[in-house]
Amino acid sequence: MSLFLVKRLATLIGTLIGASVIVFLVLEILPGNAAQMLMGPDASPEAVAALATKLGLDQPAWTRYWHWIGGLLTGSLGDSYAYSSPVLDLILERLALTVPLAVLAMALTVVIALLVGVTAAARHNKLGDVGLMGMAQVGIAIPNFWFAILLILVFSVQLQWFSAGGFEGWGEGIFAGIKSLLLPALSLAVVQAAILARITRSAVLEVMREDFVRTARAKGVSQRMVLWTHVLRNAMIPVITVMGMQFSELLAGTIVVENVFYLPGLGRLIFQAISNRDLIVVRNCVMLLAAMVVIVNFVVDVLYAVIDPRIKASDI
Amino acid sequence: MSTAAVPNAAALKVPGFWRRALHHRSFVIGGALTLLLLLAAAVSLVWTPWSPYEMDMASKLKPPTGSHWLGTDTYGRDVASLLLVGARASILVGVIAVGIGLVVGTALGLLAAAKRGWVEEAIMRLTDFSLAFPAILSAIMMTAVFGAGIVNAIIAIGIYNIPTFARITRASANAIWSREYVAAARACGKGSFAITMQHVLPNISAVLIVQITIRFAIAILAEAALSYLGLGTQPPQPSWGRMLSEAQTMMFQAPLLAVFPGMAIAFAVLGLNLLGDGLRDLLDPRLARAR
Repeated sequence: MSLFLVKRLATLIGTLIGASVIVFLVLEILPGNAAQMLMGPDASPEAVAALATKLGLDQPAWTRYWHWIGGLLTGSLGDSYAYSSPVLDLILERLALTVPLAVLAMALTVVIALLVGVTAAARHNKLGDVGLMGMAQVGIAIPNFWFAILLILVFSVQLQWFSAGGFEGWGEGIFAGIKSLLLPALSLAVVQAAILARITRSAVLEVMREDFVRTARAKGVSQRMVLWTHVLRNAMIPVITVMGMQFSELLAGTIVVENVFYLPGLGRLIFQAISNRDLIVVRNCVMLLAAMVVIVNFVVDVLYAVIDPRIKASDI
Repeated sequence: MSTAAVPNAAALKVPGFWRRALHHRSFVIGGALTLLLLLAAAVSLVWTPWSPYEMDMASKLKPPTGSHWLGTDTYGRDVASLLLVGARASILVGVIAVGIGLVVGTALGLLAAAKRGWVEEAIMRLTDFSLAFPAILSAIMMTAVFGAGIVNAIIAIGIYNIPTFARITRASANAIWSREYVAAARACGKGSFAITMQHVLPNISAVLIVQITIRFAIAILAEAALSYLGLGTQPPQPSWGRMLSEAQTMMFQAPLLAVFPGMAIAFAVLGLNLLGDGLRDLLDPRLARAR
């Protein structure tokens, strides 16, 4: 187990370094003169040169990379060109929305997927199973931003139960905050829940064929009890693996969905930073999202080994 | 996907394959929807009910009528014509982006399986790095540097496809390399390149065919999302994603505008996914039996 953890940790660090090199190459080296890009084609060469010096662009690439990595480790990410405020503050402020949104979406995904997956498996090959899996197939095909628009059409435009977008901030109370995030989270969750429900169904069906399930039934344990305790618990490994991959998808999905609902989260910050050519914000936000994806996958791998002790270092 | 089970594309040539295929529900429905998508794009090359670029402010935001089957948009353009032409953008992105992923990813995967050792390790670690960047994220990086546009969107989605194809190819190819007939070919003096081209590639093609349909569907979704954000297809070229973003501003006046493009995307993706499911069942009977 400890060898597994060490090897996995080494891979995590290696991947993070690799990802940071890619981000740096694409967003720092490829644009050529970032100062020119920022000031536009009409700026005078003197002004561009002055800005380049101010931004440290006259330094060699290696120095700039190490400076950036040092900043990432110490939390000193520099100032945004467009907002004239520290990038770290901007990111932290936006994370207060994006993280709860992704967590709420993940929670909804799990609840919907487990309910649908286990119910379908319990009715294997019957009408309920076919109907639920048909709905899941459609759910996978629906773009999350279109589902978001449909939710706005129904719940905001027609029923007027929710606002069509915006976020008042957590200062208005937790209930108000969650209410603002419910439709965005639901639009992110439905597609992912459709995928996870199919995985849950197959995993549950597989475990239902095991001898211990028959034994539990023979001992008089009710079908419902067997399903939700014995079977589901043993079917969780593939489900958790997919959940880990889905969290990355959810994080990426927030970029689009935050724009549908005009939510001031990390996704919208990146989007605005692109419009403002605020490359320093784009670079740090992209790195943060990529790091979150990599770290979540690492946590899932470790969780996987905790749940199933048979997994050893040689398996990775 | 199990590395032990590598379906054979030669199944496509086996007598009875098409008879079985035509009785497979997912394959038939998926195939029909995919054909419809291709047909819509092909027809739009020679005919559309109205010009998709022609604005007519006098008849803007009209509901569906006999002359405008699906109504008109905020500039008075015919929605049905826009949808037909929009199919072209989806297919273009799908074909090129999946093509990039397929060619580069498969080559890397085959190389990894043939060389093993540090080459395999290096290629697999490289794919690890790129897996940290979902399609939207890599598209955002591309856009931040090179500006918004369909070409950058295609490249970004293509790059995102490379690690997936590389990993699947490597896993399937490794299974083939451990077969006895490969050992026999090696004993006959065939080199790695010849074995890869004559034995490995033909035997993993079914896995790749299934993956192509799935990645095509994902590429359509990614293009739609990028165009919705304004990072993909640019005006005046019609695209389903951008139609949705324009429709969102008119939700109170013309809610139907936000319904049709989304349905088009969903049907296209549903068709490709069902086709992929069907092909997997038909080309890999072991998986079909497990259902």
